[in-house]
Amino acid sequence: MRQPSSMINRYRWYEIAGIYTGIAIFLTFVLAPFVEGFLVSLKPLSQLFSSPYRFWPENGSFEAYRTMWVSVPGFARYIFNSFFISGVATLVVLLLVVPAAYAFARFDFRGRGPLLGAFLAVNMFSGAVLLIPLFRLMRSFGVLNTYLAMIVPGAAFLIPTAIWLLRTYMMRIPRELEEAAYVDGAGYFYTFRRVVLPLAAPGIAVVAITTFIGAYAQQFIFALTFNSKTEYMPLPIGLFAYFGRQEVVWNELMAASFVGIAPALIVIFFLQRYLVSGLTAGAVK
Amino acid sequence: MQARRSAIIFAWLLLAPAVFYVATIVAYPLVDTVILSFTDASLKRVTNWVGWVNYDKIFNATFAEVILRTFVWTFFSVTIKMVIGTFGATMLNTAVPGRAIFRVLTMPPWIVPMAIGIFMWGWMYNGQFGMISGLLQRFGFVDGPVAFLAHGSTAFWATIFTDVWIGVPMVTLYMLAAIQAIPQDLDEAAWTDGAGRFYRFRRITLPLLLPAMITMSMISLISTFNSFDIIWILTQGGPTGETTTMIIDTYRTAIGSKKYGEGAARAVLICIFLSIFCIAYFRVTSRLAVGEKR
Repeated sequence: MRQPSSMINRYRWYEIAGIYTGIAIFLTFVLAPFVEGFLVSLKPLSQLFSSPYRFWPENGSFEAYRTMWVSVPGFARYIFNSFFISGVATLVVLLLVVPAAYAFARFDFRGRGPLLGAFLAVNMFSGAVLLIPLFRLMRSFGVLNTYLAMIVPGAAFLIPTAIWLLRTYMMRIPRELEEAAYVDGAGYFYTFRRVVLPLAAPGIAVVAITTFIGAYAQQFIFALTFNSKTEYMPLPIGLFAYFGRQEVVWNELMAASFVGIAPALIVIFFLQRYLVSGLTAGAVK
Repeated sequence: MQARRSAIIFAWLLLAPAVFYVATIVAYPLVDTVILSFTDASLKRVTNWVGWVNYDKIFNATFAEVILRTFVWTFFSVTIKMVIGTFGATMLNTAVPGRAIFRVLTMPPWIVPMAIGIFMWGWMYNGQFGMISGLLQRFGFVDGPVAFLAHGSTAFWATIFTDVWIGVPMVTLYMLAAIQAIPQDLDEAAWTDGAGRFYRFRRITLPLLLPAMITMSMISLISTFNSFDIIWILTQGGPTGETTTMIIDTYRTAIGSKKYGEGAARAVLICIFLSIFCIAYFRVTSRLAVGEKR
């Protein structure tokens, strides 16, 4: 039975060469900015601003990784802010989404389809479209220039994907266990807390990680608009303020960028298998 | 019957917090945008109802250009993303050693904070010392340095290229999932009949991929239309407006110039376009789903 499919997938040597060339071109496009950014972070400044252009650093060092802590003011604070904002946003999303996803996965009630559709429709709007009323809303709550102004709207836009992912996961949990609990006289709430939550834990973990990455990646427009205080700036905005200056010390900016993306790269490395399925499930219907 | 009713109550209890939250942060602002678009709201304390004035102002030559540019920008970005992403997915689907690692290597642009990836492009586009200009000079394609972000036409394509780069991983992984979901038996039957690899790809794989391609283009279309970070970080809509899309223009008007009313009218227009995309999307996908069943 397996025979034919392995037979049609067998390649001749020139086909394999073609495939590797294709992959190499594709990955060059995807990874070039990272490679170039990393090489820049290793170069001394004098080499960056010399003509003709040189790809490889000479006497490369990690010097910029040391100096940028001083010359990008508030870098440590930006990193903390980024983690704090993403962490709280993730908690908010999980608190709202775990029960909602269960309701969508297991209970049949009037309006379920349209409501689920309404949640997904949120994906249609970027923060930029709703920025004006959100600005007024944040102002009337008096939370402009606080962490809340970045956490509260950010979390809302992370909810649809999280609901969709977790609902799909929960639908795969066998129903019998819950029914057994009901037969034993357990209430809905008890069953949800003691039977469903432990079973859904791995799915919740994946959603937590994807939400955290989403929150970390998303920190631009809300922070740009709702916060002007340096001490609350997340990393992307902090670096943007630095990026916009006349004299950008590029090797330090690239070093700072790499420290900033390290968490995401570590997550990709360790959790890639779950990420691919998790993130695409959000898109695939 | 009793049990069913309590189940429904319990379901709504579970849903209520999320519904309330999203209604406050997304649905209410949406309504507020529409209301604001008929007012002269700004930093002033007094806000007057002005009817269609903000919409009348929109329809001038400059804004017509912005709308057209947004569509051109979106069209090219989505098309190139789909081509590169589908190409990548086809390559990564082949059974060659190392493909698991290659798949992981496609992900960084997507997972990394968008702004930081864009800074790296900012350096690559740098006129005097950037990599692209440097390589072009080295290989003799141009005589002097090229400042990509300083000229209208190059800046336009530079922002598109960066948007493509950010969008490609998602398209690739989605298309990869779609390719793998294609049943193998047709391919095997054709293979038994002696059909070549290219023929099988063109006549079997590609037609079966079409629904996924359309779905992905629609999702991509919406996020590309809404793209803000890339243009704002690289050019802020410049030089002299050549990279100003509707989102950038809305941001400028509303947040930059504090003309909330006029900005809201632009936001409403964006919402109308997005709704049309979504309706078209559901139409197309449902028709395709029907087509599949036959």
